[in-house]
Formats: sequence, structure tokens, C-alpha cells
Amino acid sequence: MARPLSGARLRAAALTLPLLAFVAVTFIAPLGSMLVRSFYEPHVADALPRTLAALRAWDGSSVPSEDTFRILATELRLLDQERKLGGVATRINRLEGGMRSAIMDTARALRNAEPDSWREAFTAAYPAWGEEAAWRAVRRAGERYTMRHYLNALDLDRDPPGNIVAQSPERRIYLPLLLRTLGVSLAITVICLILGYPVAYLIANASPARSNLLLLLVLVPFWTSLLVRTTSWIVLLQNQGVVNDLLVAAGVIGNDGRLALVYNMVGTLVAMTQVLLPFMILPMYAVMRSISPTYLRAASSLGATFRQGFVRVYWPQSLPGVAAGSLLVFILSIGYYITPALVGGRTGQLISNMIAYHMQESLNWGLAAALGVILMVTVMSLYLVYNRLVGIERMRLS
Amino acid sequence: MRHATASFEFSERAGRAVHLAVCGAVLLFLIAPMLVVIPLSFNAEPYFTFTEGMLRLDADAYSLRWYRGVLEDAEWRLALVNSIVIGVTATTIATVLGVLAALGLANRAMPGRGFVTSLLISPMVTPIIISAAGMFFFYSKLGIAQTHLGVILAHAVFGTPFVVISVTATLAGFDHNLVKAGASLGGGPFLVFRRIQLPLIAPGVISGALFAFAASFDEVVAVLFLGGLQQRTVPRQMWTGIREEISPEILAVATFLVMLALILLGTVEWLRGRASTKPGEAD
Repeated sequence: MARPLSGARLRAAALTLPLLAFVAVTFIAPLGSMLVRSFYEPHVADALPRTLAALRAWDGSSVPSEDTFRILATELRLLDQERKLGGVATRINRLEGGMRSAIMDTARALRNAEPDSWREAFTAAYPAWGEEAAWRAVRRAGERYTMRHYLNALDLDRDPPGNIVAQSPERRIYLPLLLRTLGVSLAITVICLILGYPVAYLIANASPARSNLLLLLVLVPFWTSLLVRTTSWIVLLQNQGVVNDLLVAAGVIGNDGRLALVYNMVGTLVAMTQVLLPFMILPMYAVMRSISPTYLRAASSLGATFRQGFVRVYWPQSLPGVAAGSLLVFILSIGYYITPALVGGRTGQLISNMIAYHMQESLNWGLAAALGVILMVTVMSLYLVYNRLVGIERMRLS
Repeated sequence: MRHATASFEFSERAGRAVHLAVCGAVLLFLIAPMLVVIPLSFNAEPYFTFTEGMLRLDADAYSLRWYRGVLEDAEWRLALVNSIVIGVTATTIATVLGVLAALGLANRAMPGRGFVTSLLISPMVTPIIISAAGMFFFYSKLGIAQTHLGVILAHAVFGTPFVVISVTATLAGFDHNLVKAGASLGGGPFLVFRRIQLPLIAPGVISGALFAFAASFDEVVAVLFLGGLQQRTVPRQMWTGIREEISPEILAVATFLVMLALILLGTVEWLRGRASTKPGEAD
């Protein structure tokens, strides 16, 4: 099947090569780097090599040998001197709460000690060293290649024997958030469809001059900075904002009954709907423009009411636009970050905001990377559907 | 029978009125947020709502103090310079690479076109938080996080899909016999490109470049992850303003950005109008 590369084929390929190389280095490599981070964690493995070697022979059901305590003491001391203890302690703490202070306190207590029994010195500094859980946490944090970020991101955990089990319901965070993100995205898509369809129909069937004017009203927000639009929604929706003022002035609500419209899920829904609405209207308009009005006229001359003609004749022909717009809005919503971050408050956050939180605040980059990979796989599969249905090459800018 | 027709006409007319009312409301919903920001940016008081004086159109209720505040603020000035430097450089890189790639993709002989196109467009469809996080990891390793270069490379790669899509669309209507004619008259590939292809695809190139510039000028997440204090851009500065203490200065900047959007949109629409009248016929 493979045809030899003719001159023309080579020339065409050569023209795309600079951009392919650029995208590979500046974009694909970073995604690869994130993928690696999601399962490769050398930090603890590099910091405690001898302890981890000793723990390899450990059966996990009793407290390790005196030898293991001694080796860990040596390595902790070294890390303490090199000021690398904090990073290691934080990572182990993610697997077992309290381990950060356990490690820091123990290292401090052992600084100049030369005890007869290391085990007693450890448990004196922090009693949890006498339990298997602490040591299991050290061993698991030392796994160089690990699935634990993915388990964590899917609200799963390992029980003491190492089986994968679901987190207890009150500790489930990420799956509910992912489901909420999908639910919010679906809601925004449906709202955009309901609001956008009549507008796209109007623009597609207006006279050229009026259609251009109406199209401009859709394109202006499309081109306006996302931050500007989000700021506007804060101005409109906040407690002392324009919408609440209008409602008070109209007597719909009392001055002390102002509605909480922003910094919550309402804010996220309203602002994201407005931001994404042009992405729904424009593809629908492109399809509707090509539907000839003669079909509807034919239907009505054959005795169909407007409703019958619309349902049986127009709607089916507009479906490609509906599908393209809906998929686009749904895909964009799932990965949305900026708007929920600014107007979502505590309750209006989506999965992207959780990734940002782990990137910037908890600094649990492995977990952020695993959540990122899960989000990316979700979006990419939808994107493949879009490509199948609409064709990426037909994606238009406006 | 007469009665039935009349009621049908009536319901059709009522339906049309409802349709128009719904569309009016939706278009208002789309456009109102920007309209509200503009007058409020001239508010003499540090509030985010219309004061009574403003509603009475009292001249004293309006002022340019927030605009003056922005112009006198060294941080905002640095942000504007950064936004322009980063935007222009990134757009230049994106345009050169994007036009070359579009020329290759428009060629029928291009091997694996579908796959290559999806790959080149992927920076546009990947959620921004994922791209920015990945770039933070990788660019830190390369030592270009917290530099202008890092932000420029990120914005350049985000801009390339716009150029590729826009130029590919223009090339779809391009008559390749013109290239053959140019070549048969002895023109080398570069001369043929510069004298024949480039003038014809110029509207698509400029539109794509404007899209790329607008994207860079509005991008905040990559700047948050890759930029330090010296790389603060206008959106980055707005981000801080919105999160910390929202001052009417933000509305002055927002008004400026709305104007910029109108200029960019106007230019792109004008170019589209020119492109749709076939070149050659116009002369």
C-alpha cells in the first residue's frame, strides 16, 4: 500500500515539518511530561534507598526489625543535614496523615542521639512508628512507578493487604467533582441550545443586511476578552450589583433580600452560558443558512402546520449544526477554568479548578497530573466523536 | 374554514412575535455585559453600580479618574508593554509556521493529512489548564519558566491553530493552475509564492494572525503558570484585580479591551468581505 514518496508529497510534508517540530517541542512534550509525572515519582525512592531496600523484605504485618529503624535513622539524619527532609515528609504524609510531623519530630529528636534501641527512640519521639501503617506509608511513598495518583484521582485506595478498594463515601472528592463537571457541562449545553437555536434560525432567515447586523451582535462577545466578560458578570450579579439593584427597584425583592447570584454555581452557570453561547450559535447558523426556505414552503403548501413543517422538515435538516454546536460547547465546558475560578466561589468549581488547586496550592503535582490525564482522555474521546461527526477540517473560526 | 385560516394566521403571527422577543432577550443577554461595563468605567465613585447622579446624566457623576489611575500606574504600564511584546512576537512565530504548514496541508499530495491536521489543531482544543500544567513541568526542566521566552512559546503554539485553520480555508478556493502558470513562466517556488500565492491568501493570513494576537492578548492561565512578576500581562493584572480587590480601574481596562475587540473584529470582517469578492475579478 505504501506509495513511494514522490517529490510533491515530500514537498508538502516538508512545509508542515517546521510547525510539527514546534508543536512537538512546545506542546506535545509538555503533555508527555505531565503524563510521566502522573505515574513516576522518584523523590522518596531517591531519598531513602536503603530503608526501602530493607522494607522490601518486610512482611508488612509486624513492626520492622531494629536494623530497619537504624537504617532509616541514618538516612533521615542525612536528609536533615541536606535540608531535604521537608519534601520527603510531605510526600509520605499524603499517604498517611500525621507522618509529616512524625518524620520531622523524629529527625529532630534523633539529631545527636546514639540510643541502644533505635526502635524505642523512634516510638518515644512518635508512637505511630510502632504501628505497621506508618511503615506501609513509607514503603508506598517509595514506589518509583506508582498508580496511586490515579487511584487517588478516582477516589480509590489500597487496603492494608494491598487490594484496591473504594474510599469511604465522605472522603470521595474527585469522582463527584468529575460527575458534577459533566452535569454542569450538559446543563450549559442544553441551555445554550435552547437559547441559541431561535437566534441562529432568525439570523439564517433574515435579509442579508439584517443578518449581518445580528451576526455582529453574536461576534462582538465572541471577540471580547473572556476576562472582560467575566468581570462584567461580577459587576452585574454581585450583591450590590446592577441586577440586584434593578430587582430591588422593581420591588421584586426587598433590600435585605438580595439574591446570591455570583460566587456560587449560579454565577458559573450564567457566565459560562454567555461565554459559550456564540460557539453554539455560529455552527448552527452555518448549517441553517444552507437549508432552503422552499422546503418549509413546500411543507405548508402540502397542508402542514408550521409546527409540523418545523418538526418533520426543518429540525432534521438542522441537526448537523445542532450536533456540532452542542459537542463544541460540551467539550469546551468540561475543561473550563477561568470563569468558574473567578465567579464560581466555593460551590461553583469544576474539575479544572481542582487541578489548578493541586498545581498551585497543595503542590501535589502527581495528583494534578493524574487528574489532568483523566480530563485529557475524556476531552480527547469527545473530540474524536466531533471529528467523526463534523470533521475537524471543517472547523471554522467564525 | 375561513375561521380556521384566520386563527392559523393569528397563531403564526403570535409565534413570530414570541420568537422575536426570545431572540431579543438572548441577544441582550449576549451583549449587555459589555454595555454595562463601558459607562461604569466612567463612574466618579468607586462603586460597581449606577449612582443616582449617573442615572440623571449628571456630568459630575462621570469622571476619567480610573483611566488616569491606570495610565499612571507603573504595573499596568509594564503589563501593557509585556502584552504587546509577547503578543507580537508570538503572533509572528505562529503566522510564519502556520502559513507554511497550511500550504503543505492544502496540497493534495500531503501524506496523512487528517492526522497531521488534528495534531496541529490540538493546542486549540486541549483544556488550557492541562496545557499550562504540562508546560509548567516541561519548561521548568528546560529552564525557561519565569521568562518571556516561555510565555512567548506557549502563546505562539496556542496561536498556530488559528493561522492554520484560517489560511487553509482561504487556500481551499485557490486555483492551483496559477502556481503552475507561474512556474511554467520560469518563476522559482519562492518567487511564485511571494508574487502569486501570498497576495491571494493575504486576507486569510492576516485574519489568522489577528485571531492569534487576540488569543495571546486574552490569555491568562499560561501566564499564571509560566510567568513571574516581570512577565505580568494585562489579563494577568486583571486576574489579580478581580480576585483581590475589584477596583473600577479594571472596568477602564475592560473598556479598552472591548474597543480592541471591536477593532480586531472590524478588520477581520472587512478582510472577509474583500476575500469573498474574487481577486482577479475585482481588477
